[in-house]
Amino acid sequence: MNSVVLSKTYAHPPFCEKEILRYAGCKMPDDKILLLLNECLEEAMDKLVYKVCYRESAVEIEGDFCRFCSFGFKSENLVQNLMGCERAVFFAATIGVGIDRLIAKYSRISPSKALMFQAIGAERIEALCDTFCADIAKEYNEGIGLRFSPGYGDLSLDCQRDIFTFLDCERRIGVTLNDSMLMSPSKSVTAVFGIGKKGRKFENKCSACNKSDCSFRGAL
Amino acid sequence: MNFREYLKENIVYLDGGMGTLLQQQGLIAGEHPEHWNLSHSDVITNIHKAYFDAGSNVVCTNTFGANSLKFSDEELEQIIMAAIFNAKAAREQSISKKEKFIALDIGPSGKLLKPLGDLDFEDAVSVFSKTVKLGVKYGVDLIVIETMNDSYETKAAFLAAKENSNLPIIVSNAYGEDGKLMTGASPAAMVALLEGMGVDALGANCSLGPQQLRGVVNELLEKASVPVILKPNAGLPKSVNGKTVYDITANDFSDEVASLIKKGVRVAGGCCGTTPEYIKALCEKTCDYTPVPLKQKNITMVSSYSHAVEFGNEPVLIGERINPTGKKRFKQALIENDMDYILAEGVNQQEKKVHILDVNVGLPDIDEVKMLENAVCELQAVIDLPLQIDTSNIAAMEAALRRYNGKAMINSVNGKAESIKAVFPLVKKYGGLVVALTLDENGIPETAEGRVEIAKKILNAAAMYGIEKKDIIFDTLAMTISADNKAALATVGALKTIRDELGCHTSLGVSNISFGLPNRDAINGTFFALSLENGLSAAIMNPYSADMMKTYYTYKALKGLDENCAEYIGAAHLFTSVAPAVLEKAEKTEEFGSHLQRAIIKGFKEKAGELTRSLLESVPALQIVNDEIIPALNIVGEGFENKTVYLPQLLMSAEAAKSAFEVIKSSMSGEEKNTKKGVFVIATVKGDIHDIGKNIVKLLLENYGFNVVDLGKDVPAQTIVEKVVELKAEIVGLSALMTTTVPAMEETIKLLKKQASWCKIVVGGAVLTKEYADKIGADKYAKDAMETVRYAETVV
Repeated sequence: MNSVVLSKTYAHPPFCEKEILRYAGCKMPDDKILLLLNECLEEAMDKLVYKVCYRESAVEIEGDFCRFCSFGFKSENLVQNLMGCERAVFFAATIGVGIDRLIAKYSRISPSKALMFQAIGAERIEALCDTFCADIAKEYNEGIGLRFSPGYGDLSLDCQRDIFTFLDCERRIGVTLNDSMLMSPSKSVTAVFGIGKKGRKFENKCSACNKSDCSFRGAL
Repeated sequence: MNFREYLKENIVYLDGGMGTLLQQQGLIAGEHPEHWNLSHSDVITNIHKAYFDAGSNVVCTNTFGANSLKFSDEELEQIIMAAIFNAKAAREQSISKKEKFIALDIGPSGKLLKPLGDLDFEDAVSVFSKTVKLGVKYGVDLIVIETMNDSYETKAAFLAAKENSNLPIIVSNAYGEDGKLMTGASPAAMVALLEGMGVDALGANCSLGPQQLRGVVNELLEKASVPVILKPNAGLPKSVNGKTVYDITANDFSDEVASLIKKGVRVAGGCCGTTPEYIKALCEKTCDYTPVPLKQKNITMVSSYSHAVEFGNEPVLIGERINPTGKKRFKQALIENDMDYILAEGVNQQEKKVHILDVNVGLPDIDEVKMLENAVCELQAVIDLPLQIDTSNIAAMEAALRRYNGKAMINSVNGKAESIKAVFPLVKKYGGLVVALTLDENGIPETAEGRVEIAKKILNAAAMYGIEKKDIIFDTLAMTISADNKAALATVGALKTIRDELGCHTSLGVSNISFGLPNRDAINGTFFALSLENGLSAAIMNPYSADMMKTYYTYKALKGLDENCAEYIGAAHLFTSVAPAVLEKAEKTEEFGSHLQRAIIKGFKEKAGELTRSLLESVPALQIVNDEIIPALNIVGEGFENKTVYLPQLLMSAEAAKSAFEVIKSSMSGEEKNTKKGVFVIATVKGDIHDIGKNIVKLLLENYGFNVVDLGKDVPAQTIVEKVVELKAEIVGLSALMTTTVPAMEETIKLLKKQASWCKIVVGGAVLTKEYADKIGADKYAKDAMETVRYAETVV
């Protein structure tokens, strides 16, 4: 199958202040924190973009190996995730460099704001991924699996190279890969999800992860 | 005819897409198209030939991703040699009678430059240089730098092309739907940057269809004096039965592009999704068009990574505060390499609405070359204002200009032969708007006429270096009226003549006029008004001066430059005389020890500073630290440890304490300052670009009186060890966020144990655990910033 890299851009997905505060490590905010959050949201608002590029691939599973169009990954966790799917969608999403600039600026002059922008970025990129996945589920009119990223479970970060080549991320949405397999802009995600998974919903996105001592685990 | 000559008189047709055609021929996902130059040379040659036959004047070699990051040196040479050979073969085989040129195609490196990404600017220049040298070796007619979505990478590629060839260079960028590059540059900013460096043509390609690029093209046509390029996609890709289909037909595409050629586009072609059919349709529709003549726009402008600032229509404010002259605290910051202090000066001035920041970091005892380069890089990472590079050290000027992400303002050149010889070649090479002081070997002429004569001399010299009049801005030198009561008249007289007769823009360091007089701001404000009325375009000034800002806002309102007086109304409250703010007496104090403690605990930054200032009048500094600030920090710190205070609150308190410390620091004399506890070296390890956690730890350590030396992020083990040894640091803190960078942490620890065995090592970061920290040999795993502080206190 010679599939195509497609792109989408979105307007602001719905904001969840509670999520942002959770990422900021703050479960019970006082007025001062809420004020800080609002100030930061206002400053970030026009510096956010929401871009996704994506591409479909066939899936073949052999033992603990998942084979896609022109590449494959060895990962038991990914096999569990994609089991029963003949097709999957790879995607890369980013909210752009604006948030990185804000974090860089404020980590030098006000770390509390830097922390808040960091949290806003984390919430925004997750919200973008949620919006995109819901959008695709609707387009395909089929159930989709939980999105799975390099670095989850036993899926190596090195898989990023193949995903980047497959999606042409740099040209499509301006996301680049660093030598240490991190992405720039930093608030970017690459992931894959299976098509045709009936009955699986986003009940708890943390449930697919086996890092049980994570301080962020549990919410949603 | 060579390409430059052809470009002058004609509409130049470029080629269309390559990638989509290769996919149709069987290129599979993940395969490098550049390899096809070798494996499928006939296919590549045929595509080039089809474009020549369709009417293209220029075909771009199939070398979009041919760089040394993706290919070995040997492979790179083979690819580029074959690519050029294929294009030449196509030129020979083509039946077209048109002029035919071959362009070395250079696309983005695939990496984002530092500080946003991990590719160093000079490394990017080296990567592109290799490609350029091979292009020159195997013979092309011009260089095309295309699809760049970052101004900084564009500059790196351009510099590589300029330093390694004499070929014409044309540049086109990929603009997004917001009309900007991915990293923020507007079309005007790219015009400033690229024309400054001497580009032959500039424009837009890829990312969008011709219709959506219309806004970008209009702005380019309005600002650019060189030919404008348009090479859009055939709309957006769609998937139809597993095949890529673009949504604009050859007919619609050529209509759109033709209409923009009519508006002034001089170099046109197609990008993704376009085929020879598209180019043929375009050539047919426009074959009888007369090229719109190029017009010199004579716009004096500078730019940052995001926008351009133009001179002429409205007064331009250049903030002067990043300068050690007469500032004890600033000098101390330079000596201590306290970049945060310098950045804060920049951010504060931006909040006062200056348009450009002057950057002067010269001190006799520091390495100015390194310091200026570093300051420029740090400032442009966090502030989007254009910078004025202010130095008399030519090596420092060059280092800063080279690294600057945009077209800088340069301060300064003067009429002395020596100055002209040193500065103008840099302006020519890197681009820039240079401030020219009207003085020469004989000093500063007393009269306006004398200064205008020097201005003329400088303009003539600039022309010999190929620098245009629009890139010179004259400073007619404000001299104090306390020494010569006609001094202001000479300065202002020269301004007027330079504007009216030479047609040039002007800038002044306004405050010199009042040197030696009391209440200098009063004089400065009026002199600023007088100068503006006589043609002053820009002022290097203190944005904290109410008198200066009053003149600025009232002048704009009175001259019809402020719609509905909106800016004036917004700023008016700053000019009213009010009694100094009285502290609220009624405030509750019983909860905590004092007002200052309360301000710190509640995280009121400004208030903590104010309260410290007033306390200092009656209480010794050290007592304030020990009885107020430290107890307040302890209360918050304990709250954090007991989970009643959250991280953002802890940080806000720490910032408030920092602001109190800053007041105390400025008040202390030299000897008292050496009361710091001990040296704590901190860094994020090699490969890791996350530094938010590290910065939090740093802030808290500073609060608790440690002498923190911050080496930044992505720091090699050797650098950390060298610094620890140099400073005999008692303790070092290492941070790593990613599992992939923990090995770098381990390596750093090994090296530290070997070469600096006295030094305690504390580690932290998202992926670390106590077990892991023990395993890699750290002395301590700290789960958060407070724990690091507690540990450091036991060590030092």
